[in-house]
Amino acid sequence: MKDHYSLVIIGAGPAGLAAAVVAAEYGLAVALLDEQAAPGGQIYRAMESIPTERAELLGAEYQRGRRLVSAFRDSGVDYFPNTQAWSLNHRREIGLLRDSTPGMITADQVLLASGAMERPIPFPGWTLPGVMNAGAGQILMKAHGIIPADGVVLAGSGPLLLLLAWQYLHVGVKMKAILDLTPVRNHLRALPHLPRALLAGHYLLKGMAYKRDLKRAGISTLHNVSGLDAKGKEQLESISFTHQGRQQTIETDMLLVHFGVIPHSHLSRAAGCEHNWDSSQQCWRPQRNDWGQSSIDGILIAGDGAGIGGARTAEHDGRLAALQVVHLLGRIDLHERDQLARNDRKWMREELHIRPFLEAFFHIPGKLLSIPDDNTIICRCEEVTAGEIRKAVADGHSDSNQVKFLTRCGMGPCQGRQCADAVAHIVAAAGGQSIDQGGHYRGRPPVTPLTLGQLACLTSEETE
Amino acid sequence: MFKRLDNTPEKLVTVTIEGQPVVVPAGETVAAAVLASGLGHTRTTPVSDTPRAPFCLMGVCYECLMVINGQPNQLACREVVDEGMTIERQHGLGELST
Repeated sequence: MKDHYSLVIIGAGPAGLAAAVVAAEYGLAVALLDEQAAPGGQIYRAMESIPTERAELLGAEYQRGRRLVSAFRDSGVDYFPNTQAWSLNHRREIGLLRDSTPGMITADQVLLASGAMERPIPFPGWTLPGVMNAGAGQILMKAHGIIPADGVVLAGSGPLLLLLAWQYLHVGVKMKAILDLTPVRNHLRALPHLPRALLAGHYLLKGMAYKRDLKRAGISTLHNVSGLDAKGKEQLESISFTHQGRQQTIETDMLLVHFGVIPHSHLSRAAGCEHNWDSSQQCWRPQRNDWGQSSIDGILIAGDGAGIGGARTAEHDGRLAALQVVHLLGRIDLHERDQLARNDRKWMREELHIRPFLEAFFHIPGKLLSIPDDNTIICRCEEVTAGEIRKAVADGHSDSNQVKFLTRCGMGPCQGRQCADAVAHIVAAAGGQSIDQGGHYRGRPPVTPLTLGQLACLTSEETE
Repeated sequence: MFKRLDNTPEKLVTVTIEGQPVVVPAGETVAAAVLASGLGHTRTTPVSDTPRAPFCLMGVCYECLMVINGQPNQLACREVVDEGMTIERQHGLGELST
């Protein structure tokens, strides 16, 4: 590993891989750092090692990633798998951890392609063993061929829930029920966006085909479900919920939940990039221009880490950001950049037709976001409840960071990744203010836990 | 509980999970191995000693902290199994090695 590159890309999902290929084409010295052992990100995870049969079961959309991963392998980019970026600053110094050894590298330009994470929605019992994210269930199947043994329940709202159910159906997973927590009133909310969504009608058709297959297979799907509650002593034993005004219980040892995805923005926050609340996507997004440039000179952000657009959009977005870097570093002029960007801009526009519809259709209701039950654990690490946070607000602490200092909420190993949004929603609702007033935790390096021993291994020359 | 799809992996390794030898496919993450082996909970919390298990499997929840080869606070969803690896539940904060 050199200690300086023209471009350092963080993340080997569709945005990062596509960007790396473009930048390498123009002869830039590029390094790509990624936490995983192999390229593909979460969406194309295990692309190079998956048995053909399993890849076919996952569908055509997954297999699209093969072309991208192989183009990346051919690009000659310096690729560092199993590498965590724990720090980034405005001087474009990147702290990294590779095989437990820390290091610092610098870059003329840095492209963050950190992707998305599942939106954490705390509910009673969500910390019980046996309750997992739907994305975790999908990772187990994709990367490891591991599936629920009997009677899993899927619950939540969002396209991934439907996709996972359909994939599970095809590999023969027994599903006890699918609980759709999308409120029926969302249909009305989404209606105005339908005409534009029809321009990307293949997505709608695919969703309808998944639903039809599940229905034909006799999988029970309950719509407009609320009041999800996971129960058990040391392990999940049953879940209860409200459907059509009646409380129901299903016995199960496994519940997979999903409430959409949000940008994983820990590194852009720690770097000090500006972020804004997007009320349609219901998440914070880093500020950036049409070419992916963040509020900090030399730091660009592309793909789902900049706002949720899906895998195909991320690929185009990554290429656009790479073209900008190639331009900034003097390899192409403005005119060439704009010409080269035309196709990606066009395809990205097409891809984005579906988003406003999806965002409205799967809009998470405020009641789910602001966690009405006082006993629900919000911070999984420090075990802080919704009631404790509301008490802090009642005592006059009206922003997320004050609540954090007071309650330790967000101070555990995950550093607030799982509770930041819930805290912001609770603080906003309890304090009668908007979510951006209550704010988000400040991000600070190291964004992934390091031991003091590892930090001490950095020599003074490297840190100055 | 989880089960494996019927595909025989090319290479297997033997690890020790809570003192029991378990044969798992090479290349698998520790989290996948312990979930497939039916371990149940993988740690207890430092605050209330409550059992927990992996939640996100993509490195954002830090719920899967385990003691791997004697080292506490290892992300089981990121570490890959290796021949002879010892995998143990983490109780509370986990002892720091000196």
